[in-house]
Amino acid sequence: MGKATDKELIVNGRRLDGREPYHMREIKMSVDEISSANGSAKVSFGKTTAYASVHGPRSLFPKFLQESDTGILRCRYNMAPFSVDDRKSPGPDRRSVEISKVIRRAFEPVLFLEDYPKSTVDSFIEIVEADGSTRVTGINALSMALASAGIPMKDLVAACSVGKISDTLIVDLNGVEDNNSESDVGVAMMPQKDIVTLLQMDGILTKEELVMLLNLARESCKKIYQIQKQTLMEKYRGAE
Amino acid sequence: MMERYALELIEHGKRVDKRKFDQFRDIEIKTGVISKAEGSAYVRIGKTQVIAGVKIGVGTPFSDSPNNGVLIVNTEFTPMASPEFESGPPGENAVELARIVDRGIRESKSLETEKLVIVPGEKVWTVFVDIHIIDHQGNLIDAAALAAINALITAKLPKLEEGKVVAGEHGDKLPVAHKPVTVTVCKVGDNLFVDPAIEEESVVESKVSIAVMEDGKICAIQKQGASGIAFNDLEAIVDLAIKKAGDLRKLM
Repeated sequence: MGKATDKELIVNGRRLDGREPYHMREIKMSVDEISSANGSAKVSFGKTTAYASVHGPRSLFPKFLQESDTGILRCRYNMAPFSVDDRKSPGPDRRSVEISKVIRRAFEPVLFLEDYPKSTVDSFIEIVEADGSTRVTGINALSMALASAGIPMKDLVAACSVGKISDTLIVDLNGVEDNNSESDVGVAMMPQKDIVTLLQMDGILTKEELVMLLNLARESCKKIYQIQKQTLMEKYRGAE
Repeated sequence: MMERYALELIEHGKRVDKRKFDQFRDIEIKTGVISKAEGSAYVRIGKTQVIAGVKIGVGTPFSDSPNNGVLIVNTEFTPMASPEFESGPPGENAVELARIVDRGIRESKSLETEKLVIVPGEKVWTVFVDIHIIDHQGNLIDAAALAAINALITAKLPKLEEGKVVAGEHGDKLPVAHKPVTVTVCKVGDNLFVDPAIEEESVVESKVSIAVMEDGKICAIQKQGASGIAFNDLEAIVDLAIKKAGDLRKLM
């Protein structure tokens, strides 16, 4: 993630990396990156890169964790120690425990878990390089990993971050912007169904600003969804 | 059984305890309940009880913010509070609750951490807010957030002599600039309601915790629950939270 800075983050309507307020960074997506997983994907937004992989549905052990009438989804969001400026000590911390939970909640509505009693769908997100918006990048990757695993889904999940810096509303915060924004909002959506599955917001906003940001996030999620779909089509059906 | 009953009632526009959808249970707030703590508050919402205690010590600042005091919010789900709680390190629900309460305070810049510096870059006040769940009968997040902010606004800094804390003696009030209030709006079908009783909480499909400032601005949001929320429902949820936060603030 970025450090605190005294620099002006928006000069003449442009952000420090040259973007206009509503522009996302360069997006790269690919699937089937990890051969030992049932499904996997790699997604980059600028310098933020996430791998995601899916194992399962598979039998859940130990047995007492099994649910007789439904499967469960398990998520692990993790940052590599080298992904940030100051080395992150390995293993879960409070932040990653919370993010893993909200990511699980972002995907439970799209899966047919009741079709896999006593089973688990295990999903893993590894952030290998972090430059802001890591959780939403991880969600975009996991969505494609689930699709590439051939797991039936009601919709893909597309996610993006939006925020506010010196009275300008922006899309896809990088690390410096993340750390110095007045407010940032993470949104994950089922784009075709227009349903929000993750919503987190930090920092001060009026209700009107929040509504504007949510609309920006919705439009951006729809763009991300198109790239996800295109990537999956090219891989599994040939380019259309 | 109670769950199905609660669900049927909600679907008919009613609640297990005959409340309206936008009505909280009765709320009791007492501050200064723990004499050993620098600040404390007991909050009861219906039968849900929590105690928040503030302990303040001298610590070192984080390297990326050398001229700010430190705020740490922690929750303990004590096993006595609910048959669902187990002893051991905090689980994901406890971690999430603590982080939601933390963000409400931190993001509103309520605690004026820049005033908590003793020796710049070396020594600062570290403010621990520990939230103890005494009885879990639903809506822990709102109760915990209410207890935390009430404990903070009544807290006093320990007395410092030659760089050391004098036990049991206090000086200035802890500098707290704002009073954010968190309201969790629950959703079952198309019904929105606040302050779920424990029977209702288990049938809630999704909920959104929203921290609101004195001027109605929003400082933190967290969506929870296993169901998604239609995009077009979000505004009504935010409106309800802002309205109820105003009501809760009057009790402080």
